[in-house]
Amino acid sequence: MLHVVIVTVIGIVLGLAIGLIVKFFGVKPNVLAERLGELMPGANCGGCGFAGCADYANAMAAGKAKPGMCPSQSSESLQQVCEALGVASEERVPMTAVVCCSGDDDHASRRAFYNGVNDCVNAMIVAGGAKGCVFGCLGLGTCARACPFGAIEILPNHIAKVHAELCRACGKCVSVCPRKVIKLVPKAAPVHVFCNSPEKFPVKKKVCTGACIGCRKCDKAAPGQIVMNGFLAAVNYDNPPSAALAAVCPAKCLRVAQGHSADEAPAAVDGGQRQA
Amino acid sequence: MTTKANKFYGGVHPHEGKLSRRDAILAAPLQPLYTVPLQMHIGAPAKAVVAKGDKVLRGQVLGEAGGFVSAPVHSPTSGTVREVTTCLGVNGAQLPALVIESDGEDTECEPMPAIADWENADPKTLLKRIADAGIVGMGGAAFPTAVKLSPPPGREVDTLILNGVECEPCLTADHRLMLESPHQVVSGALIVGRILGVKRIVIAIEANKQDAIGLMREAVSGTPVDVMELRVRYPQGAEKQLIYAVTGRVVPSGKLPMDVRCVVMNVASAAACGDAVCNGRPLYERITTVTGTPLVNPRNYKFRIGTLYSTALELCGGVKEGVEVAKVISGGPMMGFSVYSLDIPVMKNTSGILLLSDEELRQFSPSACIRCGHCNDACPMELQPGILSVQIEHQKFDLAEKWHVMDCIECGCCAYICPAGRPLVQHMRRAKAVVIAARKAASAAAQGAKK
Repeated sequence: MLHVVIVTVIGIVLGLAIGLIVKFFGVKPNVLAERLGELMPGANCGGCGFAGCADYANAMAAGKAKPGMCPSQSSESLQQVCEALGVASEERVPMTAVVCCSGDDDHASRRAFYNGVNDCVNAMIVAGGAKGCVFGCLGLGTCARACPFGAIEILPNHIAKVHAELCRACGKCVSVCPRKVIKLVPKAAPVHVFCNSPEKFPVKKKVCTGACIGCRKCDKAAPGQIVMNGFLAAVNYDNPPSAALAAVCPAKCLRVAQGHSADEAPAAVDGGQRQA
Repeated sequence: MTTKANKFYGGVHPHEGKLSRRDAILAAPLQPLYTVPLQMHIGAPAKAVVAKGDKVLRGQVLGEAGGFVSAPVHSPTSGTVREVTTCLGVNGAQLPALVIESDGEDTECEPMPAIADWENADPKTLLKRIADAGIVGMGGAAFPTAVKLSPPPGREVDTLILNGVECEPCLTADHRLMLESPHQVVSGALIVGRILGVKRIVIAIEANKQDAIGLMREAVSGTPVDVMELRVRYPQGAEKQLIYAVTGRVVPSGKLPMDVRCVVMNVASAAACGDAVCNGRPLYERITTVTGTPLVNPRNYKFRIGTLYSTALELCGGVKEGVEVAKVISGGPMMGFSVYSLDIPVMKNTSGILLLSDEELRQFSPSACIRCGHCNDACPMELQPGILSVQIEHQKFDLAEKWHVMDCIECGCCAYICPAGRPLVQHMRRAKAVVIAARKAASAAAQGAKK
């Protein structure tokens, strides 16, 4: 009987002690920061410039950062963040990354056999990579391993492909690509120029059959919607042309980005290493 | 005065494969065309002083030194400048180049006056001659020799080491040079010794070249030059290892041979210096080993600079029938560069052209590090290549820098010995490139902050 009383008394005393300690020393939860943290994408990609999603959410809650710095956020979640903070929401253009190159194994020539470390940055150190074109995608998957969302696939014929549905436009691939062949573009733009080589046509022709030949047909068909950078056409993303313009390109270089259907889920990256 | 050589840490002893060691040096026949790159050295490219259509003579200056660390380029034969163009370099880069169309006469231009009395000549005159002759390190690095021989004021050099080690497997160019022109090497050594004002000159030769050791010992008798026999170990020809083997001095991390009062020079560069001073002839030809089991006749050739690799292989009888060539390597098998085109010209630092057959070449598929530690035993710089490669795989470049990746000399011993077939040297190269870029960015930022 006595032991029951002793345990009960100890329980009551400790319970009161815990209650009092929480009352006087407890950390008040920052409801706003928690709510904002829930709304963030949670990929910790670092695109906002903070150490991670929680860090950015805390900074916003403390009034030290503005909403809209997260490049990976969808417009709905940005709207919710603005509502939670009680500020007017801004309209944002959804972006996506595009690999501006047609140089897969069917189109681009190879000048060497590369059997070093399976990584584009390493390949660049050895004579600038094995592909004939020095501006195109090397297809060794540095971008795919850097992507926190698993949106980049290296196709079996050695070229990177961005799955727009999964891409959150954080820009990590753009910063790691040693060839600077990945660009962030508005998701709504239907066609892109899949070539990155500013060289003259005879030079390009030797190394890639998919290159932009600089014929200016697209520029003439849709003035103002295409910008010519020397011998390379580029879409003017402030005023993008319609998908129909792709038909005028004789090199099949201006074309619609390949869509991503449900049965076309990204396969494992070459090497199987994908860092979360 | 011959002291016993020291044993440096690590290293390996690959199969020597010196097929052409008994073949005398042949003079390559005159070619109709020579592609002469204007950048065959570390530093600024030479500035072309001739234009398309100009007539040039053998030994005439085609390009002047384009800066302090640079070297002039001379015409390999007489003829016309057919084109000012670019050509492919060994590392895949496009180099500025001139194409010289030979007139078949091979007329020599007025040579620079020979300095016959070099024993009493002013060291500055000798140094100027070496700079004008366009001599660079002919062992492979192609660092302009005149720059190497001008220590900053206050720096004292007491030992000159001539590198006749030729520890790279397959190559025999330096070996043949020492056998056929020992006196030229010795006079080059004495000239360079006079420029530097050194107390001791040592010609270091590995024990697998006994004939060369004997001949060089005869050649140096009566001069203050020593010949030292070293054990056979790769990479003994690397500066830091050679200095330790000969003098016992250790070059500290991040320092140069000059910091331990040494200068190391290849025997071929020394012979070129001798030629430039005694005969007034600039550097427009060099001895190159063309070798490999797929070749019909592996040979040592004296090529004019600008001879294409394809021509060099033709001169050696081409490839044996039924043999598949898997790789063409510029340099030796350990440190050479695999090239993908034969339109590369022989340059001042081309010590060898090596062919590997399909059977000899093993393509590795790398697996995970098994922590066996063989690479730690082999690394002559006493690094831990296995651990470094794992760090670099995870892109921890700052950590790799702390583990002294910058001391790596890319000798390839670790990759040679690795049972997991890991591309260790490639990892080191990447980390070095990243660290150098980060240091440059940091110093640029520091300068920007000062302004």
